[in-house]
Amino acid sequence: MIGFVVLSPFLVALPAAWLVRRFPHRAAVLAAWPALMALLFGNELRRLVSEGGRLVELPWAPSLGLSLSFNLDGLGLLFATLITGIGALVVLYSSRYLAGHAQAGRFYASLFAFMGAMLGVVLSDNVLTLFVFWELTGFTSYLLIGFEHERPAARAAALQALIVTGGGGLALLAAGVLLVDVSGTATLSAMVAANASIVASPFYGAIASLVLIAAFTKSAQFPFHFWLPNAMEAPTPVSAYLHSATMVKAGVYLIARMTPIVGATPIWTTVVTVAGAATMVVGAYRSVQESDLKRILAYSTLSALGVLTMLLGVGTREAIIAALVYLVAHAGYKGALFLVAGIIDHETGTRDVSTLAGLRRAMPITAVAGGAAALSMAGVPLTLGFVGKDGAYESLLQAEDWFPWLLALMVLASIFLGLAGLVAGVLPFRGDVATERDVHDPGWPLYIPPLVLATCGVFAGIAPWLLNGPLSAAATAIAGVPSNVSLSVWHGITPALGLSVLTLAAVGLVYAVQQAFLTRTWKPRLGTEDLYNGGLSILNAVSRAIAPALHSASLRTYVMVIVGTSIVVGGTALLTDLGLRSAVPRIIIRVHDVFIVFLIIAGAISATVAQSTMTAVLSLGAVGYGVAMIFLSFGAPDLAMTQFSVETLTVLIFVLVFRHFRGFGPLSPRFVRARDALIAVGIGTFIGALVLSVATSETAPRLREYFAEFGPTLGHGRNIVNVILVDFRAFDTFGEITVLATAAIGVRGLMRLAANSRSNREPVRPVASPIFRTATRLLMPLLLLFSVFLLLRGHNEPGGGFVGGLVAAAAFALYGIAFGVQRARQALLVRPLTLLGAGLLIALASGLPAVFRGRPFLTAWWASGPVAVGTPALFDVGVFLVVAGVVLMMIFTLAEES
Amino acid sequence: MEVVLAVASGVLYAAGIYLMLRRRLAQLIIGLGLLSNGTNLLIFTAGGLTRARPPVVPDGATTLVEPYADPVPQALVLTAIVIGFGLLAFSLVLAHRVHATVGTDDVDDVGRE
Repeated sequence: MIGFVVLSPFLVALPAAWLVRRFPHRAAVLAAWPALMALLFGNELRRLVSEGGRLVELPWAPSLGLSLSFNLDGLGLLFATLITGIGALVVLYSSRYLAGHAQAGRFYASLFAFMGAMLGVVLSDNVLTLFVFWELTGFTSYLLIGFEHERPAARAAALQALIVTGGGGLALLAAGVLLVDVSGTATLSAMVAANASIVASPFYGAIASLVLIAAFTKSAQFPFHFWLPNAMEAPTPVSAYLHSATMVKAGVYLIARMTPIVGATPIWTTVVTVAGAATMVVGAYRSVQESDLKRILAYSTLSALGVLTMLLGVGTREAIIAALVYLVAHAGYKGALFLVAGIIDHETGTRDVSTLAGLRRAMPITAVAGGAAALSMAGVPLTLGFVGKDGAYESLLQAEDWFPWLLALMVLASIFLGLAGLVAGVLPFRGDVATERDVHDPGWPLYIPPLVLATCGVFAGIAPWLLNGPLSAAATAIAGVPSNVSLSVWHGITPALGLSVLTLAAVGLVYAVQQAFLTRTWKPRLGTEDLYNGGLSILNAVSRAIAPALHSASLRTYVMVIVGTSIVVGGTALLTDLGLRSAVPRIIIRVHDVFIVFLIIAGAISATVAQSTMTAVLSLGAVGYGVAMIFLSFGAPDLAMTQFSVETLTVLIFVLVFRHFRGFGPLSPRFVRARDALIAVGIGTFIGALVLSVATSETAPRLREYFAEFGPTLGHGRNIVNVILVDFRAFDTFGEITVLATAAIGVRGLMRLAANSRSNREPVRPVASPIFRTATRLLMPLLLLFSVFLLLRGHNEPGGGFVGGLVAAAAFALYGIAFGVQRARQALLVRPLTLLGAGLLIALASGLPAVFRGRPFLTAWWASGPVAVGTPALFDVGVFLVVAGVVLMMIFTLAEES
Repeated sequence: MEVVLAVASGVLYAAGIYLMLRRRLAQLIIGLGLLSNGTNLLIFTAGGLTRARPPVVPDGATTLVEPYADPVPQALVLTAIVIGFGLLAFSLVLAHRVHATVGTDDVDDVGRE
């Protein structure tokens, strides 16, 4: 049940697109589903406090150890509640923001798919499914960032985000594989117990680095931070959802989830803390330099993600709890501010804070939402932002070592962040009216979501103890030991409170003089984005340099590379490994064999030096008949029969086509031919040596004995070759007749294409000899009868569907030669395509009874009785029809059209 | 006998590859046909030659009676023969269509068109 709920956004995605297209003004109802899910997850989270986490497992591919298992613990459920709750608000907001947009359906489909992927990330208990969902969030966010794909900037930003976060995803896969290898389990909850052995393993360094690369790219930590501000090309609801509340927090989630598994070592603590602190400072500093509302918020989001990462790196119980409070607070106020920015953009047509002013009169409700969110971001008391920041200060004060430095940096960053919050949430509403447009509060679907988020921030700031239960459960999941959270508004006079007051005072001071501050600041010239772009263009240049050499589009080059590699690699193996020198032939040569082999070699040479197409075709035919006779000499009558039929039909098809080819003489100069001859001799020698060494080596004939024993008993047949084809390996044969059918339809399509473009059809004229026609009249029924006979006896004597079908086709081909293709088509009664389709369906149907009885597809089923009748016989009928249909379709098409 | 058939397989491969390195479309297809025959012969010979009975259970017996030929390579080669036919027919028609559309049977000219 809960598994279904987790995956349900994927199911909702397509119907949602349909609904929005059908009823463009009813998109708001879509918000109901995530809202319902948020209630459900919230309720689970509430129950968790008393009952503890639980695992839900759906078997997926048990043989691979892969199951869709979900861990409903505090950490996962906290995220899930945020994802669905804010998701519901974003969907509601989008219903008005994108109302009437032609592509709105695509938007909601991507958004719901993203929501499902995100839930999968935070609730997966299997490291491999975690990876799958992780990459799904990357792909769906690619679609969302590039939603307005007509704009090159949006495409570039989407691609950049995909490459950076997708690359991180690959690191996660590698980390997952190593973790499974080291811990012996793919389950995250079970890996916690293997913590000691993981940390002690030689792969620990690799695992930790790979996990952190994945987390840092996703959560845009320094030095991978550059993609996040660029992702502001996305529609504003997407920015609010992905880039504040959810996706970018997936990295933070991963660090939290992995902390009890690979964390708490000095290297982990140091790297996570330093990267977090760097991102915190860089993001905060850059946020006050921007004048575009969304970019201000994007950089401040970077900074907040840095704070979260840093606190998780510090890793004390207090720091973890502070991180959780900060996370919830940030999701609320940043989501609200993004949505407010979207409203301002929507109503005034600009996001530039330097031109925005005095909007409070025109849109009072939006102003309230923006203001409340900004106060929470600045950390004013009685908001959740204050509780979060206060807790963070407190935890850094209590921590040891060099953490005072972090404290100083965080105070600095918080001043910038508070300033950015005021610039984004208060400044546009202050002062005198600056725009001449008729601006007013938007419809309720736009202002309710930010108002709800901002109000929650204030409400939770006044009564923070309401969060004690859920946050305790989440903290317990991260710390690995029971952790009780008790939040309160007033701790008394503490150093942390002093720092908070100091921060607020600084914010107020700088805000008062911010005009001077905003413009004259130093911007770094070379960032890590330049490194990324440089690396990318180097990769592109290398590809462009290598591709023409590898992809020459010349068949001859490919053949030479393949042949050369085979000779060198295979030849080396043959010379060093196999006992070629001690090869002892076991079969005595007989005189007639020599004649047959002479025929084959002579045919091959004749085909090579032939000066006309007909000589070459007949030489090829001679080779084929020679090979068939070899089959006959060495106990393979089935192969011989099939080869004889195929060779005859091959010659026929070659003649039909080759009447259009004229010359056959050499085109290449002499030295090229000499070089090719040398290559040919090389591969010939290698193949000869290979055949000899394998044919004379001693191999254990286990398969041979297996089929000898079980062919008659399990397969109910005496012709073991046929039993293998239609029973033991029937699925394989099914694939092969499908390939044949595809080839025939391809031939027909190619010829039809030509027939449509040209009018000069020249059908093959029938042979007007009375003797030949009379003989054909007599032979044709006999051949057909023989083909059915071959089919029916095939299971017990040489024969079967393949050769039967070939003979049947040959009968109609003969008829066509004597009386013309038109008459042959009439004689066939049905079209070759019908024959082919019926054959495939019969073969398919013969495999279904097994499926209904819960056995693998195409498992044989035999009726008991005096005569053994089973599904393999039906399967062979299908093979017969497909082969006959394929051959006739090719021959008829080729004879009619050219 | 293994030596003789090894030589035959080698010759078929050599002739097939030589023809596939030619510029004429028709020669290319003939080469493909020779290669296909060579491969079937290779699998058949490498699977172990025997002049024994075919892998068919004789009347009155309940299992194959020694000596008998190995049915496994035979089953593999049988489908390979038929698939090879489909491949050859398709390549042949493709070459024919290229020839008819471009008006040349020289692979190098096709690339230049």
